[in-house]
Amino acid sequence: MLIKGRVHKFADNINTDDIIPARYLVSTDPVELGRHCMENIRADFVKKVKPGDIIVAGKNFGCGSSREHAPLAIKGCGVAAVIAKSFAAIFFRNAINIGLPFLELEEIDEIEEGDFLEIDLASGIIKNLTQNQTYKTEAFPEFLQEIVKKGGLINYIKYKVTRPDKD
Amino acid sequence: MGYTIAQKILLAHADKKDIKPGDFIEAKIDLCLGNDITAPLAIEEFKKSGFKKVFDRNKIALVPDHFLPAKDLKSANQYKVLADFASEQGIRHFFALGNMGIEHVLLPQMGLVGPGDLVIGADSHTCTYGALGAYATGVGSTDLARAFVDGKCWFKVPPSIKLIYQGRLKKWVLGKDLILFTLGKIGVDGASYKVMEFSGPVITRLSMDDRFTMANMAIEAGARAGIIEPDEITFNYLKFIRGKKKLTQYAIHNTQYKSDKDAVYEKIYTWDVSELEPQVACPHLPSKVRPAGELQDIKIDQVVIGSCTNGRLSDLRIAAQILKGKKIKPGLRLIVIPATQRIYQEAVKEGLVEIFLKAGGVFSTPTCGPCLGGHMGVLAEGEVCLATTNRNFVGRMGSPKSFVYLSGPAVAAASAITGKITPPN
Repeated sequence: MLIKGRVHKFADNINTDDIIPARYLVSTDPVELGRHCMENIRADFVKKVKPGDIIVAGKNFGCGSSREHAPLAIKGCGVAAVIAKSFAAIFFRNAINIGLPFLELEEIDEIEEGDFLEIDLASGIIKNLTQNQTYKTEAFPEFLQEIVKKGGLINYIKYKVTRPDKD
Repeated sequence: MGYTIAQKILLAHADKKDIKPGDFIEAKIDLCLGNDITAPLAIEEFKKSGFKKVFDRNKIALVPDHFLPAKDLKSANQYKVLADFASEQGIRHFFALGNMGIEHVLLPQMGLVGPGDLVIGADSHTCTYGALGAYATGVGSTDLARAFVDGKCWFKVPPSIKLIYQGRLKKWVLGKDLILFTLGKIGVDGASYKVMEFSGPVITRLSMDDRFTMANMAIEAGARAGIIEPDEITFNYLKFIRGKKKLTQYAIHNTQYKSDKDAVYEKIYTWDVSELEPQVACPHLPSKVRPAGELQDIKIDQVVIGSCTNGRLSDLRIAAQILKGKKIKPGLRLIVIPATQRIYQEAVKEGLVEIFLKAGGVFSTPTCGPCLGGHMGVLAEGEVCLATTNRNFVGRMGSPKSFVYLSGPAVAAASAITGKITPPN
């Protein structure tokens, strides 16, 4: 699967209150949540973001609360993938469980706001079409790939529950 | 090679002969938890996928604590989702208004967590129960939905780091100061994907309430769990909570819930904290820590004493001790929130509430409320709050242009009197 989009660049330690402030957690609808994505730290982000765009951030992305509303809001506003130096542990599992594509990349500093990227999720290769650069990221461990392949954790469990002998 | 206490608990719940950091395991959980923000999403997932019955109605806790009493129509509807699901599934540990409290104070108080337990909660501060020697960790709503189905969860076995606290604490220096100090040392990703094992003579002497405060904020260093080996203090607490009878099973397994002598730690920190002063975390990270004494020119508009971090009875007692016979600074707002209904009752009985009210503060029903900018004390633009809560991110308690400082109850109470950040004396 290929993802192509513009980069919206963020700093280190972007927390879940940055991604979706708690006052909006009275909804579980990704589109409604998406309307307030990054509102506290970049008020015009939702206006600027286009479907398919990519968030590129520093280390410890998604730290703070366990709210799954955070990856849902990112998905809901149209962002197709997140690339960061590292991810906070709960955000990491939430992104896997709801099927938000994300990649860990060391060379984040080389990518600029507005760059146009192409991500091949299967191979983990990121092409920076603006700067004519290519980066290789680590593939997910097999266990996690299995969850993603089944379309998220709940579908994976449904599959296991209904076809236990074939696993 | 030996195991840490965290690895022992994970292994005991997994279908494996041995485990090592980095392994992916599926493990059976003893208890799973959701609140009025995270559980509706889990319930939606559970139903949408066509599942009908939860795996065990006794192993699920639903605690509507974040926006309760309902702050608006939408949160009222979310509460109803929990209440309806609880009634339809016969969920035993559903806590309606009146029995409700802040989840991470309530569940230990109800005796629902003990040493060696594996607990997941769709709330990041689930790590609080590590204070009892449980492996407790925050997960997402989908993880919770999955646990509803088969009582299991996937884990990537984390490495452990050990934090040893030497010396003797000064007066007014307690669990919150220790954990803020620790965050200042290792940073907000200093324990990312790891287990923080708190130990040393200072921890051995620390009360259960202060241990809960420390384990509670392990997530603020990015940790999967914070854990303390159970000891006499743990068992006395459990005896008090559960009575003698149910305690024996833990007493028998006592040695099982200690780290082996040859357990492997990724890193060991040793600090002498004898000279430690009361600590305050400055905006906008819990790791931006300075001694309270260095921040005495910071004027504050509001003080909040409460939350899953510091809303326990001992926290209220400390605050009351400092506020007794005093008045808060005119114009300042002091909001005191007991974490549970039982703590509320005790605070009334002990006369603490009267002290807060006479000082000019208010005393609220239990709720997470202002900690996450939900209700009951949201901040306006430009306002400064000193709170005994756990996070001071941009806009955490209201306006993105407000400022949150974090401290323990002693600094919070002393500061409410002066209107500026003030160390207790």
